[in-house]
Amino acid sequence: MMPTWLGRAARLVGSVLLTFLGLTIVTFVIGRVIPIDPVLAVVGDHAPAEVYDRARLAMGIDLPIPVQYWRYLVNVLHGQFGTSVITSQPVLDDLLRVFPATFELSALSLLIGVAAGIPMGVVAATKRGRWQDQLVRFGSLLGYSTPVFWLGLIGLLVFYAKLGWVSGPGRLDVGFEDIVDPVTGMITVDSLLAGQYDVFFNALHHLVLPASILGLYSLAYVARMTRSFMLGQLQQEYILAGLAKGLSPTRVVWVHALGNIRVQLITVVALTFGSLLEGAVLTETVFAWPGLGLYLKNSLFNADMNAVLGGTVLIGVIYIGLNLISDLLYPLVDPRVRRAR
Amino acid sequence: MTRALSVAALLAALAAASPALAETPKDTVVMAKNIDDLISLDPAEAYEFSGIEVDTNVYDRLIRYEAEDLTKMVGGVAESWTVSADGHTITLKLRPGQSFQSGAPVTAADAAFSLQRVVILDKSPGFLLSQLGWTKDNVAGMVRALDASTLQLTVPEKFAPSLVLSLLSSIVGSVVEQKVAMAHEAAGDMGNGWLKAHSAGSGAFRLLSWKPNESVTMEANPKYRLGAPGIHRVVIRHVPEPSSQRLLLEKGDVDIARDLTPDQITALAGDPAIITQALPSTDIWYLAMNQSEEHLKNPKVREALKYLIDYKGMADSFLKGRMSPHETFLPNGFFGALDYQPFKLDVAKAKSLLAEAGYPNGFDITLTSFSSSPGQDIAQSLQQTLGQAGVKVNLIPVEQKQLYTIYRGRKHQLALLYWGPDYLDPHTNADGFAYNPDNSDTATHRVLAWRNNWFIPEISKQVAAAAQELDTAKREAEYHDLQKRVTDTGPYAFMFQTLSPVGTRKGVNGFVVGISSDLVYYRKITK
Repeated sequence: MMPTWLGRAARLVGSVLLTFLGLTIVTFVIGRVIPIDPVLAVVGDHAPAEVYDRARLAMGIDLPIPVQYWRYLVNVLHGQFGTSVITSQPVLDDLLRVFPATFELSALSLLIGVAAGIPMGVVAATKRGRWQDQLVRFGSLLGYSTPVFWLGLIGLLVFYAKLGWVSGPGRLDVGFEDIVDPVTGMITVDSLLAGQYDVFFNALHHLVLPASILGLYSLAYVARMTRSFMLGQLQQEYILAGLAKGLSPTRVVWVHALGNIRVQLITVVALTFGSLLEGAVLTETVFAWPGLGLYLKNSLFNADMNAVLGGTVLIGVIYIGLNLISDLLYPLVDPRVRRAR
Repeated sequence: MTRALSVAALLAALAAASPALAETPKDTVVMAKNIDDLISLDPAEAYEFSGIEVDTNVYDRLIRYEAEDLTKMVGGVAESWTVSADGHTITLKLRPGQSFQSGAPVTAADAAFSLQRVVILDKSPGFLLSQLGWTKDNVAGMVRALDASTLQLTVPEKFAPSLVLSLLSSIVGSVVEQKVAMAHEAAGDMGNGWLKAHSAGSGAFRLLSWKPNESVTMEANPKYRLGAPGIHRVVIRHVPEPSSQRLLLEKGDVDIARDLTPDQITALAGDPAIITQALPSTDIWYLAMNQSEEHLKNPKVREALKYLIDYKGMADSFLKGRMSPHETFLPNGFFGALDYQPFKLDVAKAKSLLAEAGYPNGFDITLTSFSSSPGQDIAQSLQQTLGQAGVKVNLIPVEQKQLYTIYRGRKHQLALLYWGPDYLDPHTNADGFAYNPDNSDTATHRVLAWRNNWFIPEISKQVAAAAQELDTAKREAEYHDLQKRVTDTGPYAFMFQTLSPVGTRKGVNGFVVGISSDLVYYRKITK
């Protein structure tokens, strides 16, 4: 038992390290070969020549790229991602500050996407070819192919400006700001912890629209994947056997068939969460949401490479972590996987 | 399915039940603005539009322009000043009875500390003072408090007093409370780390918080020298997307929107609840012509190109409300500015000039410009009008930072860019556009004339002389002459001065927006 466990752990650690190395190398090299002078980002276009020259030397830009990368890697392994040019704070501090806002947004998006996407996929599969199926497929196509930026603006126009159902861009109304001290950085959680229900509802009011727009994205993917997994299950003989035995069709579909695609769904959901982080870049811009996406966008536009690298590494680590978690979850939800290992 | 329904029902209930504030609080003015350029609020370090604007309202300066009259330089922390006959010594007398936000009195020692701090820290705006000849080593002797209310400055370099006073009216003239700054000193930074996000000034407002990429919040200083501001709190919310700003303004969730686009301004014009304005700003858009390019070396070609630009056509169409035609290097509103517009679209004249230059059939050339609007729109118009005289323009659209990299590396042929002054004195733009006494790659001065390989020892001398001219009337005449020379013969086709659009909710009055970030005042806002 022990050696298998050890082997698995070693394999996992090895693959995580390799992915991490690959990720940092690619990002670092891209950051260095783009035709933008990184010194400009630090000193600005109006800086006098001697300030520019001094900064260039201090940044070590004149060193060969492999040497620069090595230095960067050593720092990262010591937990130092350098200082952001835009905020002049350590990148790690910045990331810790902005990430909760994004996590809050994408967690609710995922909840919406999964809670609506899975039932929709199941319904589409059982009513294959009928109008319910067409509707879900059309809806997913739309959700998948509509630019989230455009959708965000239209959503704001309709639900905020015209109907007034939700609050506008930003995380809170001005009157509610600075009431709750940040603990987790997620305002909904912090306000509940502090017992400030007004703040909680206001935050939720701001959160609903961006989360729904972003959620539509994951909903589309989850629904499509659920549909195709379910189609595979519904053709299996055990379905027929269950029905023949006298089980209700509802029970066969929602309990037996759905139960059998748990493992695939976990993978889909984990990957969806990762792609939500990417989708957040544009959503956060439209909704003035001070999270990781907005931070990355600003850093990119300002050629703030330390921040871009730090943000990319963070997203990469989350991806790796999600894969790891879904890997570890398989045996828990599916006894067959447990036995196979 | 039931789960989905219950979630939907919960969300619907939330939408109905939650307390959405229709309007901003009565004592607070909320402004939507793109503040992603803000990196520090320490007046010895802030050198970006948003940072300077906030500090204009948080710190009082030795000398300043006031909201009541943006054209007149008046005393701020200093009440009066005298300049020695040789122009090398300036003595400032501080206004009595001023106090910092902490309650402590404002003294000449604080003022001296503030100026010394700028030179010693030597951050981005440090050169504003170090060009006077002040260094880390000598500044303690050059900037001295003679007593609690007298500050004496020695200027070793020869500089026009009006230029020195202009520098003292810029961000670096902000007075910081020495005791508070030094109480937060870490590793010899003179409080720089702390002052990035805190304030220790005597201005109209006190900084409550700055959350990067989120918001800046200020609170009125009731003991401000010119009386308590008309509004208790000012909140600037970072809203990067102009469309979102417009929606927030329409809904009344913000009182002022700062980054509206011209078409939004047009669309909002019909809304009775909103007042829109396009106020002059200081950026100058120009076409740069690198003198290392064979065709562009020829003065006749340069002149011809200046006749191949549809200044008015652009300003009346896609640039309406965003830019106005302007053909000199000093923006309107500056000391020394000149109303001089010798060029207009004249294809026939340009063709004959090109023929004289030996290019009757034109030539091929590249134009590097921003890939975003409005840079790309202007570039396309240039491509079209230059083409009418046979000058075939190949457009190279690039990202902003990439364009600066190419431009600083002198690797362009034609380039389309803009330039904003560093402080409110004509020397800043004269120095940028018309000073290049050393065109070598290792030159210490590498600004716009250098970047275009425009080697001008003689004009450079005139720029230096204008900066040192003690007689203000003579100095103004020098700048008029310089502008004509540069517009007529220089490697720049000056095209436009920018306008800054401001949308305000009706009932919100008194927001004063001058031509630069140093002239944006919140203290007179009422609602």
